[in-house]
Amino acid sequence: MNYFPDEVLEHIFDFVTSQRDRNSVSQVCKPWYKIESSSRQKVFVGNCYAISPERVIERFPGLKSITLKGKPHFADFNLVPPDWGGFVYPWIEAFARNNMGLEELKLKRMIISDECLELISRSFANFKSLVLVSCEGFSTDGLAAIASNCSFLRELDLQENDVEDHRGHWLSCFPDTCTSLVSLNFACLKGDVNLAALERLVARSPNLRSLRLNHAVPLDILQKILMRAPHLVDLGVGSYVHDPDSETYNKLVTALQKCKSVRSLSGFLEAAPQCLSAFHLICPNLTSLNLSYAPGIHGTELRKLIRHCRKLQRLWILDCIGDEGLEVVASSCKDLQEIRVFPSDPFVGNAAVTEVGLVALSSGCPKLHSILYFCQQMTNAALITVAKNRPNFTRFRLCILDPTKPDAVTNQPLDEGFGAIVHSCKGLRRLSMSGRLTDRVFLYIGMYAEQLEMISIAFAGDTDEGMQYLLNGCKKLRKLEIRDCPLAMQRF
Amino acid sequence: MSPPLLGVVEEEGQSNVTLLASPASAESVCLNGLGLKERNYMGSAVSAASDERKTSLNLKATELRLGLPGSQSPERNPELSLLSSAQFDEKPFFPLHPSNDGHYSTQKNVVSGNKRGFSDAMDEFSESKFLSNSEVNAMLSPRPSSNMGLKPGMLENLGVQQAKVKEIVAPKAGQERSHAANETRPPHNSSANNSSAPAPKAQVVGWPPIKSFRKNSLATTSKNTEEVDGKAGPGALFIKVSMDGAPYLRKVDLRNYSAYQELSSALEKMFSCFTIGQYGSHGAPGREMLSESKLKDLLHGSEYVLTYEDKDGDWMLVGDVPWEMFIETCKRLRIMKSSDAIGLVSLPNMKHPT
Repeated sequence: MNYFPDEVLEHIFDFVTSQRDRNSVSQVCKPWYKIESSSRQKVFVGNCYAISPERVIERFPGLKSITLKGKPHFADFNLVPPDWGGFVYPWIEAFARNNMGLEELKLKRMIISDECLELISRSFANFKSLVLVSCEGFSTDGLAAIASNCSFLRELDLQENDVEDHRGHWLSCFPDTCTSLVSLNFACLKGDVNLAALERLVARSPNLRSLRLNHAVPLDILQKILMRAPHLVDLGVGSYVHDPDSETYNKLVTALQKCKSVRSLSGFLEAAPQCLSAFHLICPNLTSLNLSYAPGIHGTELRKLIRHCRKLQRLWILDCIGDEGLEVVASSCKDLQEIRVFPSDPFVGNAAVTEVGLVALSSGCPKLHSILYFCQQMTNAALITVAKNRPNFTRFRLCILDPTKPDAVTNQPLDEGFGAIVHSCKGLRRLSMSGRLTDRVFLYIGMYAEQLEMISIAFAGDTDEGMQYLLNGCKKLRKLEIRDCPLAMQRF
Repeated sequence: MSPPLLGVVEEEGQSNVTLLASPASAESVCLNGLGLKERNYMGSAVSAASDERKTSLNLKATELRLGLPGSQSPERNPELSLLSSAQFDEKPFFPLHPSNDGHYSTQKNVVSGNKRGFSDAMDEFSESKFLSNSEVNAMLSPRPSSNMGLKPGMLENLGVQQAKVKEIVAPKAGQERSHAANETRPPHNSSANNSSAPAPKAQVVGWPPIKSFRKNSLATTSKNTEEVDGKAGPGALFIKVSMDGAPYLRKVDLRNYSAYQELSSALEKMFSCFTIGQYGSHGAPGREMLSESKLKDLLHGSEYVLTYEDKDGDWMLVGDVPWEMFIETCKRLRIMKSSDAIGLVSLPNMKHPT
């Protein structure tokens, strides 16, 4: 391949898209390194302090899209002090100074200020996509800057950010000439939005495929929006409170009948569940359903809804669904691949699901490979059954609300149960454990979890031997999260 | 580093180890003199997903547990609990909190185990990094060879003890500060009775591991759902109150009041600051503090009326229906200028029947 001209190599490298593969390509030889680096457009930096912005710019002058992650995962749970860092400003400032043609920016757990958002909006003429996940430090003023100045904006996706709401009219800041929006997600905003501006924006965005509203968008506006955007693929309902006999509700039903493309549904941030039947029209086509912010939806209404979702692949739900509800999921959603069951009452610490629901899911859903499960209790027997039923788990995260609770029936540690999981699920890449656990579980993990890349441990183990087993055994381990474990760790 | 802990270190003395020579510099000595390379978070290698090891040095744990006859001297606890409120202070070092001493005070053999453990451990410090937890003392020694230092029996004893451990964190790691203070923790020992009620879960920091955004949303949503459904039950009934001309709204809990008069007074108090300007513009001398009586005059005069939006979305004048009926149907309040209230029956004052 060394006899090919550079342009040919570059063209070939264009087909190599994954970050890891491109990293590998760049390590083959110097010429390949040069070509790959100069042609790479998408860069992923898993730790924003691992490399300086200048170095990234130097190596990848053609950079158009960058993903940056800041605070470690534990920051989500208040385990990291608020002044830890993760500021994106130095990056943006460096990109702006070097005239980079930045088009896409995705940030996770970073701090971004309004000044920074404004700088982005002014510095990159082709800026197209801003995705902020679990970030903070900005307000709706910053969003206004993005809306005003980014003429070709395609995507503004705000996921679970802590945004200061200045009740500004950031939505009205999108100029009339802006017709390029494909994705707009402002579900996490706490304040009101200018509803008329929202309607107009949707009306002039023919390419809009993903729209997630916040709680301030009432039903009558939702209905009008749906009439204007029947091609939506991803819908996040804001507020869903209304009178089932009203005119508005009937209009909503009509609008939903036209939305044949919706595959992903979320929101219901304020919901009166009696009238979910309007959505039964959409359910048969849904592949993704996120009701984890909808504590108002539970009981029979929830189960009825789920029964209609025969093609569901991804489900995020609150534990008020209960074990019986999970049995409904198991019998209705045969294509289910990923499920997350969150606690609806984290402060009180009572979860409404137990090992029964988990076993039901494992036996009913043959394609299930990824689970996050907050539950009240667990047993070794259940975990062993789950392991037998579902050897295809790649992500298995179990969180018992009482973190050191042993087997609910036998009072034994849960070592055998998790041991069965790692033994049976040969492709397991991510594991989170809880409950009473001794060194033995680490022995099992070290022996069997060959593909394990990330593990989260809390309140587990007795001695350093546990850590030895883990670190000696899991050769592919990349991320280790530990808190409150009596394990010593040798530097390695 | 917290002075009380330093004091503790000095008391313990067991100074076969020069590392502990001067408490004031104990940390730096411990960190540097041990040949530990500080891993600066800035300097770690680029990789697609870099290691996110949450570790911490538990050097202080060993010092603390050193050789005291009892497990901990009682007077240390209050000091530490004082510090607990400063969990997320900027200082990089902060202590973990002791778990319930009560559980483990009977473990007498722990102490001797500690002593041995400590000296063994300190010899090998240069190789080690520790993880700690507030109850167990982790200082286990990291001998480089296969013998991991302490004998298993010792470790179990150590494991049982409640130690205050101090966590030393290398600068790179904000993440290493993850051992935030656990005020109380559930018992964590095979011999402890785990089936008894654990310590209050709410006090364990960062558990259950749910994003704060999610926790906060659920708390707010359940409150809102109550409002919207107009559930007449226990719990607050917060509704928004707007006032024409005010830059922001307020929220009041209607359940706090049992009569219109109470609501009226509360609103007057709440919105007094907004009417100062108006009062001033009416020719009053300067911006003096509005007294409540003056405000009442203002509100009871023809300036403002109190209106509410009911469940059907209509704007009604406050005061027509009995209080109980009112709070069931009221969705939001608006203090409207009388000049705007032409469509409503205008009353010259806000005195309502209680």
